[in-house]
Amino acid sequence: MKFLKGLQGPRFVCVYVNVKCNVVIYVTSPDVGLFFIAKMAEGDKKVAKKAHCSRNPVLARGIGRYSRSAMYARRAMYKRKTKTTETKIEKKLKVKTPSTITKTVGGDKNGGTRVVKMRKMPRYYPTEDVARKLKNHGKKPFSQHKRNLRATITPGTVLVLLTGRHRGKRVVFLKQLSSGLLLVTGPLALNRVPLRRAHQKFVIATATKVDISGMKIPKTLSDAYFKKKRLRRPRHQEGEIFDTEKEKYQLTEQRKEDQKTVDSQLLPLIKKVPQLKGYLRSSFCLSNGVYPHKLVF
Amino acid sequence: MVFKRYVEIGRVAYISFGPHAGSLVAIVDVIDQNRALVDGPCTGVKRQSMPFKCMQLTDYVIKVPHSARQKFVRRAWEKAQVTEKWAESNWAKKIEARQKRAQMSDFDRFKVMKAKKMRNKVIKHEVKRLQKEAAKKA
Repeated sequence: MKFLKGLQGPRFVCVYVNVKCNVVIYVTSPDVGLFFIAKMAEGDKKVAKKAHCSRNPVLARGIGRYSRSAMYARRAMYKRKTKTTETKIEKKLKVKTPSTITKTVGGDKNGGTRVVKMRKMPRYYPTEDVARKLKNHGKKPFSQHKRNLRATITPGTVLVLLTGRHRGKRVVFLKQLSSGLLLVTGPLALNRVPLRRAHQKFVIATATKVDISGMKIPKTLSDAYFKKKRLRRPRHQEGEIFDTEKEKYQLTEQRKEDQKTVDSQLLPLIKKVPQLKGYLRSSFCLSNGVYPHKLVF
Repeated sequence: MVFKRYVEIGRVAYISFGPHAGSLVAIVDVIDQNRALVDGPCTGVKRQSMPFKCMQLTDYVIKVPHSARQKFVRRAWEKAQVTEKWAESNWAKKIEARQKRAQMSDFDRFKVMKAKKMRNKVIKHEVKRLQKEAAKKA
């Protein structure tokens, strides 16, 4: 605002958006009564009204330049409609959420419905008023944590699984999921490792890489897809609590299809590299005289 | 003879440990019981004193007067073609093989295993065949 420099005395700059949406800038000073008008481009339609700075300049802390009535006029409150008590208008009877709801209940001789309260009384009143704890700083839930990935693990790297039922198997890394776990595949035809998640810490990254850049991994493969399903309907019968729970993993058609789409793209890439197929089929082991700290993977 | 390689002026030595480990060097002068003045102009070792402990004597000797300056050591070294002869020697080849083996990746180790297996199969097959023939003759 260069033109302000020459002015003396208190200078007030007001930006006023008038009805036609032209921006009018008034600059005043006691001796010079200057004002400068600028117009915004006509192309601007009804822009959402930007919040204005305070129109009541501060003389000292707690003391404004203008009185209440002067401020009423300056803020053009006479033009603004405030919300009057609307509920008096019978048309606009707000739909209050019901206080009770009737729900159906199964079983016979039960009277088919129950009346359930929507807002219940608290079930616990503490004996003392415990002071509210101050807010935490920077403690994020797991879903918002920062995920790291070792620099040696890139898409297409051959990894050696160290734990789990597939320990020792060499496997191709596809991508890192949003939970931080690694999406990995055998391919299934080579070492019976399906599309699976692996933990970064329990994996050795080798230097061998397959060029996976042309591969398309279905978007449906996410953490929710791989999460273990728990079916918990305890029947509370004494004899059969530990019996029929869903222990066995059921293979679904979707898993088979996804496996096929991924592997059909991956296998030709593997076949291009000589001996890589046999490498993925074999498993990693240590023997006499082989020390992991001396090995270059 | 009990000893075949002697510490002498011009003896080429291989440095086994220390900051210059792995490079060749010529003994230019003897300082005292434990140290020698050493120079390796063609192998990047600056002229310095070096304890005998970290040197291992090689078969090569270059013709150089004692305390000769680096220019003449270099000349004698190149004339005797020490670096070429060293690279062809079994010692140097073994060192190189050891280094390569240490740098092998997991995939390389797999490939080596497969190659060895194939080679041994062929050898065993041939040996068995010859044994059978010999047994037949007898």
